[in-house]
Amino acid sequence: MDKIVIKTENLTKRFGAFTAVKDLSFEVHRGEIFGFLGANGAGKTTAIRMLIGLLRPTSGFATVAGFDVYKEPEKIKKNIGYMSQKFSLYEDLTVLENLKFFGGIYGLKSEAIKIKSAELVEKLGMKNIAKKLIKELPIGWRQKVAFSVAVFHNPAIVFLDEPTGGVDPIVRRQFWDMIYEASESYITIFVTTHYLDEAEYCNRISIMDEGTIKALGNPSELKKNFNVDSMNDLFYLIARKKI
Amino acid sequence: MNILFYILQKEFKQVFRNKPMIAIIFVVPIIQFLILPLAADFEIKNINIALIDNDKSTTSRLLINKITASGYFRISSIENSFKQALKKIELDKADLILEFPANFEKSLYRESNQKVLISINSINGIKANLGGFYLINIINEFNNEIQLDLKPTSQNFGGIDIRTLDWFNPNLNYKIFLIPGLLAILVTMVGGFLTALNIVREKELGTIEQINVTPIKKWQFILSKLIPFWILANLVFTNGLILGYLIYDIVPKGNLLILYCFIDIYLLAVLGLGLLISTISETQQQAMFVMFFFMIIFILLGGLFTPIDSMPTWAQYFAHLNPVKYVIEAIRLVMLKGSGFEDIIPQTTAVFLFAIIINFLAIINYRKTI
Repeated sequence: MDKIVIKTENLTKRFGAFTAVKDLSFEVHRGEIFGFLGANGAGKTTAIRMLIGLLRPTSGFATVAGFDVYKEPEKIKKNIGYMSQKFSLYEDLTVLENLKFFGGIYGLKSEAIKIKSAELVEKLGMKNIAKKLIKELPIGWRQKVAFSVAVFHNPAIVFLDEPTGGVDPIVRRQFWDMIYEASESYITIFVTTHYLDEAEYCNRISIMDEGTIKALGNPSELKKNFNVDSMNDLFYLIARKKI
Repeated sequence: MNILFYILQKEFKQVFRNKPMIAIIFVVPIIQFLILPLAADFEIKNINIALIDNDKSTTSRLLINKITASGYFRISSIENSFKQALKKIELDKADLILEFPANFEKSLYRESNQKVLISINSINGIKANLGGFYLINIINEFNNEIQLDLKPTSQNFGGIDIRTLDWFNPNLNYKIFLIPGLLAILVTMVGGFLTALNIVREKELGTIEQINVTPIKKWQFILSKLIPFWILANLVFTNGLILGYLIYDIVPKGNLLILYCFIDIYLLAVLGLGLLISTISETQQQAMFVMFFFMIIFILLGGLFTPIDSMPTWAQYFAHLNPVKYVIEAIRLVMLKGSGFEDIIPQTTAVFLFAIIINFLAIINYRKTI
């Protein structure tokens, strides 16, 4: 249960003279919901991209699901799911076709895809929309489908980059229910968000600013340590200094 | 292999769900085939002559009749002086001036030697060249007839008799020359543009990022992008052949299998170019502009409209680097001349090399990281 699935040590990324991520060191445990917070431009997306093998770090060390980010990015990719900031399902395919496509490229068998899709349709109550094109769906449904696609192949870790942007409070609530459910089946959740109430739902959070982690720990502990009442105050305390 | 199947299935669904695109792919050739060969015709007709007949004799009249009867020329105005005639040229009312000197007939028969003056407006080089050439031919022919009238007994007149037989396109029909070229362009456009735009569109939408975090292999992704457009380009080519037959009655003289084999090798080069461009472009606009840049050079230096043989030497060397040149040559050879495989070996080798080099560049340039 206490197995470490993500570990970074002094992970750094420079773009020319600009250091986007500086000496990032943290650990994420199996089955944990890890909130990765920070203002826009704090370096969250760059950090995620290094962890999922889209971007090569400049220096430092990191393993994801036990694989080295420098040497084994393709092995990492087999063991993770990813839901990007930018909506990334195929809008001209239906819900089922998207599931089939992504299931297929993760190596799921055609039978397994059919069974899992049927289960998912049943569970999320999307019988009416399963055969609709993604572009015909409201944004709330799209985000739920995108999450389902990201965890469809039962990855060890799923990375969610601002998954609830632009979504109404009800759908956000349902979305977090889905996250909890995935977490219960020992999928580790690595999530970035701007909604600070969501940060409270996480087991542990880190707050990034100017490329480094300024705070790391359990939400209630952090509030106590920084002597603030809410996550909002904590976030302002850390992220507003530079202005 | 199984994974490739899933990706291909998705690509085909997307391609055939894009109805406007499919319509464009199959309607564009119809329009090109209907309009271009008729409009872009280098046969020059209706050349306007400003005539100055200072002689007004039977002979000058006879020659004028012969000139207008050829069908290429039209007497647009009759002038009294060269100055007036030149004004017509300046106003673009006439393309050339034909002046008969006074005593044209008299001295022609008496001294069997006479001159006419032809001044040509050479702003449109092709029209000027061809117009002048036609006119000189007609006058020469007329000259021969008169010489024959004058010296009917002369046996040693004539010397070498030149007769031209036009092979492979006996009626000198420009359309027959143009259609194979249009087919080549069509295949190039469909293969190159659609591949580039398709991949760059995934970049714009962000779906490529999703693909890049999956364990999909580079070759699987690339093949899944090339195969659908390879097939589509074959369909378009077939469509073009059928249109060529229906509209212009052009039946390929050579073996269709050879034609398709050549096109399919050539397509590898074109698809590779599309892929290469997509790796260096971030948006569809960028990809379009880069593709246009290549297309215009390829088409203008490919021998579609102007023969490569009549280009300056440096341009001819340049044309060797143009894959479109080889495909136009090869299609013309097979379709019009009925050439076999041995005859298009040089072209096949050239496009094959292009395919290898371009795809090599594209593959090393395509990365799953950003």
